[in-house]
Amino acid sequence: MQWLGHYNYWIYIALMMIGFYAVIAKPNLVKKVIGLGLFQTAAFLLYISIGMVEGGTAPIVWEHATLYVNPLPHVLILTAIVVAVSTLAVALALVIAINRAYGTVESDQIDAQNIKPGR
Amino acid sequence: MIGNNLPVLIVVVPLLAALVIPLVRKGNVAWFVTMTACIAVFAGAVALLVLVGEHGPISYALGNWPPPIGIEYRVDRLNSFVLLIVSGISVVVTLFARLSVATEIPADRVHFFYSAYLMCITGLLGITITGDAFNLYVLLEISSLATYTLVAMGTQPHALRASFNYLVLGTIGATFLLIGIGHLYMATGTLNMLDLQQRLPSLMESRTVRSGFAFIIVGASLKLALFPLHLWLPSAYTHAPSSVTALLAATATKVGAYILLRFLFTIFGIEFSFGTLQADKVLLLAAAVAVITGSVIAIRQDNIKRMLAYSSIAQIGYIALGIGLASVTGVTAGILHLFNHALMKGALFLAIGCVAYRAGLVNIDSIAGLGRRMPWTFAAFTAGGLSLIGIPLTTGFISKWYLVLAAFEKGWWPVAVLVLIGSLLALVYVWRVVESAYFRPLSRTGRNIKEAPFQMLVPTWILVLANIYFGINTELTVGAANESAVMLLGAITGNP
Repeated sequence: MQWLGHYNYWIYIALMMIGFYAVIAKPNLVKKVIGLGLFQTAAFLLYISIGMVEGGTAPIVWEHATLYVNPLPHVLILTAIVVAVSTLAVALALVIAINRAYGTVESDQIDAQNIKPGR
Repeated sequence: MIGNNLPVLIVVVPLLAALVIPLVRKGNVAWFVTMTACIAVFAGAVALLVLVGEHGPISYALGNWPPPIGIEYRVDRLNSFVLLIVSGISVVVTLFARLSVATEIPADRVHFFYSAYLMCITGLLGITITGDAFNLYVLLEISSLATYTLVAMGTQPHALRASFNYLVLGTIGATFLLIGIGHLYMATGTLNMLDLQQRLPSLMESRTVRSGFAFIIVGASLKLALFPLHLWLPSAYTHAPSSVTALLAATATKVGAYILLRFLFTIFGIEFSFGTLQADKVLLLAAAVAVITGSVIAIRQDNIKRMLAYSSIAQIGYIALGIGLASVTGVTAGILHLFNHALMKGALFLAIGCVAYRAGLVNIDSIAGLGRRMPWTFAAFTAGGLSLIGIPLTTGFISKWYLVLAAFEKGWWPVAVLVLIGSLLALVYVWRVVESAYFRPLSRTGRNIKEAPFQMLVPTWILVLANIYFGINTELTVGAANESAVMLLGAITGNP
């Protein structure tokens, strides 16, 4: 049952695929944005998992500690989270602007409107 | 002092300028700051190119943290050349942007436009100069986020949809890159590109490294818009403001190609990328399909911006073709085309920007007869088009020549035939524009159209003349491309 020990990697893949599915299959732009958020978060989970050291404690200097987890991936992910938040902000701003211009956030209805007026 | 900190100044100057611009709130001042920053960066890039040519690679420790711990900025032959392209094009496009942006962007948003514009350039320069894999991801996202906002500023609501699509695909691509880099870190424990290069060869059998390779190549190809990952490109280029399209077509995809080159050759090494995993076969196939389908679809387009966007996909195919040939001549051709395509597509999109400035729409029908009303603009377009086709005495000929040469070196004549077919197809779609502009009667609305203003013609013609100059005097471009190719391919045989 060794593969169960890597359960957080399985969760990362599952989460990523759920997000990916939402991005592809959902016509609603807000749902697409949520899917994209899940997709990115899955990658964060990967990074957090690779920083894990068995038996290690939080990387804060402590007299009883003998082993620390690797803090570098965690720090990297702080940066990536900032990136993800910025992406979310830009995406939502675009959705608002799309809603103003088209009166809907359903991609099929937007595409239907896009075809009618002369290109 | 400035000399020592040159590598970081190239990124910091546009970044700071981008932060200052929203405070000034005046369109003209914002443009002036942008222009100054771009010229400063261009001067820095030229200085770096000379320095690297004389003294070899420069390593810069960011914040004085020595490389394996801190972030390293590393300038060698390849990226000093790419820096020159990105900064040079940004100067020319900024020169063009002043009038073009004033008509396409509402006056109260012009300063935001320039802020995002500089942020995009910052990211592209940063990707090119950094020697740290994670830093590359962060800077990629900086440039991408800025690009999404720039595309969304297009005049029609279609631009919003195009921008959203680009955002979704771009984010997926960047996240793939992030996951790939994570896999490499998992296997090697380092993010520094040179450390990765040293530690990866012993880990070739690791499945972690192999899947990381796949993630990174797919992520970089999305940014590069390599077929079949090009779906974001046509709409984004069509609906973005004219100057943004020119900037993106000439720089963003080139930086994508640079990422691919860096990872394939410097980090993974040719033995792993092309030997063990045979990525060259995938690249060649994708490139071949890109050249043919991109060109064929371009022929069918009525909107000229969209036509040129599809043509870009075909041209990216040529770059990938050169990389996939995996010989010194092939990679030279790829890097050469990276430079030359920046010049020709820059010139073409600027010429189309001139037309859009006067005529608004840039359809095959709406430009009918305009060749006589706007002689300089369409002369520029024709010259750029000839370069795109690959007529001798233009840059397009040089890169295609080397590409064909590389194909024959390997004895792969179908590749050479492919290049020629691509050129013929380019002839067809360029001809459609030329025919409409020069040989069709002027429409009623066309009678009031004047030649584009001097300030827009000058940058367009700078690029056109560069197309001709670098088509005749190839010392700088072929020299730099060849040295870069030798460096990239030599690194794996153990004598860098």
